Amino acid sequence: MRLLAAMSGGVDSAVAAALAVEAGHDVTGVHLALSPDRQVLRSGARGCCSVEDAHDARRVADELGIPFYVWDLAERFTEDVVDDFVAEYAAGRTPNPCLRCNEKIKFAAVLDRALALGFDAVVTGHHARLADGALRRSVDAAKDQSYVLAVLTADQLAGAVFPLGSMTKETVRALAAERGLAVATKADSHDICFIPDGDTRGFLARRLGAQPGPVVDAATGATVGEHSGAYGFTVGQRRGLGVAVGDSRPRYVLGIEPVSRTVTIGPAELAGVGEVRTAPPTWTGPVPELPLTARVQLRAHGTAVPCEVTAGDGGGLRLVLGTEQRGVAPGQSAVLYAPDAERGDLVLGQGTVLGTA
Amino acid sequence: MTYLDHAATTPVLPEVLAAMTEQLGRVGNPSSLHASGRAARRVAEQSRERLAEALGARPSEVLFTGGGTESDNLAVKGLFWARRDADSRRRRIVVSPAEHHAVIDSVEWLAKHDGADITWLPVEPTGRITPDALRAALGDGSDVALVSVMWANNEIGTVSDLPALAAVAHEVGVPLHTDAVQAVGQVPVDFGASGVDALTMTGHKLGGPMGAGVLLLRRDAECVPLLHGGGQERDVRSGTLDVAAIVGLQVAATTAVRTRVPRAARLAALRDRLVAGVMAQVPDVQLNGPPLDDVVAGGPGRLPGNAHLSFAGAEGDALLMLLDARGVECSTGSACSAGVARPSHVLLAVGADTDRARSSLRFTLGSPSTDADVDAVLDVIAPVVERARRAGLGRR
Repeated sequence: MRLLAAMSGGVDSAVAAALAVEAGHDVTGVHLALSPDRQVLRSGARGCCSVEDAHDARRVADELGIPFYVWDLAERFTEDVVDDFVAEYAAGRTPNPCLRCNEKIKFAAVLDRALALGFDAVVTGHHARLADGALRRSVDAAKDQSYVLAVLTADQLAGAVFPLGSMTKETVRALAAERGLAVATKADSHDICFIPDGDTRGFLARRLGAQPGPVVDAATGATVGEHSGAYGFTVGQRRGLGVAVGDSRPRYVLGIEPVSRTVTIGPAELAGVGEVRTAPPTWTGPVPELPLTARVQLRAHGTAVPCEVTAGDGGGLRLVLGTEQRGVAPGQSAVLYAPDAERGDLVLGQGTVLGTA
Repeated sequence: MTYLDHAATTPVLPEVLAAMTEQLGRVGNPSSLHASGRAARRVAEQSRERLAEALGARPSEVLFTGGGTESDNLAVKGLFWARRDADSRRRRIVVSPAEHHAVIDSVEWLAKHDGADITWLPVEPTGRITPDALRAALGDGSDVALVSVMWANNEIGTVSDLPALAAVAHEVGVPLHTDAVQAVGQVPVDFGASGVDALTMTGHKLGGPMGAGVLLLRRDAECVPLLHGGGQERDVRSGTLDVAAIVGLQVAATTAVRTRVPRAARLAALRDRLVAGVMAQVPDVQLNGPPLDDVVAGGPGRLPGNAHLSFAGAEGDALLMLLDARGVECSTGSACSAGVARPSHVLLAVGADTDRARSSLRFTLGSPSTDADVDAVLDVIAPVVERARRAGLGRR
């Protein structure tokens, strides 16, 4: 096959490209320049778009003896991922930018361009298994990225190759070292590549400015404090609320109301959620019959819990959870899995969380 | 493989390789007083004399540097500092916006860090700077430190009339530097007759080694050094002379100048066939820069090996990648350190819009180029352009 290897400059995509070459494919490497600021050089925490990363990716490509190019997708990335990220927080929701990037950039803009240029598929270093169109969790549960890939459709998956799904991160690093790739010991990338210092609240504050509003305790209805921007909060958040309530029991963010900028907090017994409503779902394969019994994962590093899936309002889904969950934030994806201990849990699809009960 | 990127670099000539290898086998610092030093000095000074002769300069006007970028930096900064130090009113640099980044970035650095004012010259749609435009920009010249205008443009191949421009600068007593990296060996360049005060050239664009360049600097031109040390090269460029590189550069440059006329005619004919062939297959292709048969001051108005084309609706990067995959090597123009293509500042300077700038490819022929190389492009260009157009300009 003619494959386009998306090379971030990290160890995963380097090994994925190397394995594609060794499997006999005709591979071309491409680094996606996503940051509008081209001269970003970072120390410590690492993003996906620095000059240094482009250099590391190029070094690997040269060692593998494959052509290498840089594609400038900064404009689309800014529009589809960064601006969307800011807008979602401004609307009181909690977006997942990695998922959005996979949906709109890697397996849309890049894949479309690759197909138009005569490639058969895009190969990436994602930790997920993909065979015969079935997307499954990685064997490395700690590194599994199936959650942020669940938004891909069958068409998109048909143009994707994930060579790393059946190996652990440890194995990936060992394979990189065996091949003498300098990125073998490079630190793992940060979750949000466009916020290299990890300070999401600070990033949003710079973009959205101060938007003070009240913090209300749901148990008493009393205003217990003031915040400088509701975008600094996520449903389920416990730390950093910056308020003192009468008793010593922990409080959780229960809801964010963007118009009045009200952040509602409450004790643990009010934070549990038994039912989730989603936007119209996307499916990785054939549309399943409803109702359906599945497992649902409600955030990137959460665990999947049993649920009953039925049709909801407006083409969305209604998920009745087997056990109550805390921290189900609107804007996150509810990803549905069919458990499969042997081959890896199968990703069925996902719907964006709209609300809970 | 079809190599059509000679404006980027050229293969080292066999006689250059032989001369350099011979020199690399010897010991001797040209500044040393003993026999080994004298032998090395003899080779370096012979090279200086032969180069001077080939370029119409005096030997003492030949300063060896580490390449074109260094020569441009030395000329722009060194002339600016010397002229301003002599008269503090001289802070203006009159420069073409289509210069190589080695000039543009040096000028902008001086503006940012050292109080220089920049006057950007208006550029003709062909990429040429006219004497009238320069005269208008200079005024009475009393506040001008220097003028810098390239002899031939590295992207679109435009040749300007440097003798005429130098004469205009001298009317008001202002020195002129020219980046002639692409011009030497391609068009007639006579330093003395041209009247220019400083001229940049480099070895690897004409069959010599990388990392070896020359600044021709008139004997009466004051130039503050960038590199201080042992006082070599008239105290303007310290550093032990790289004798092997110098002899390699000299052999390459004298060969290129000696063989220029028949080679230029052959490359122009090949280039014309390349452009005509592409136009026949891709009728809406646009030629950037001057017409192929353009004439300036009685000589070629466009570098003989240069073809710079825009393919509307296709991205230069995509075209380059598809050609590369089919064994044809060319260029889109300038790239930044991360390798992200930006629209060429040269095309923007001659009035092209961003899309036209982004959709361009540069083919540059050199002495090894043949009819087979032209055929190789013509064999693949139509499907490559069609495919790149399908992929579009990467935007919605």
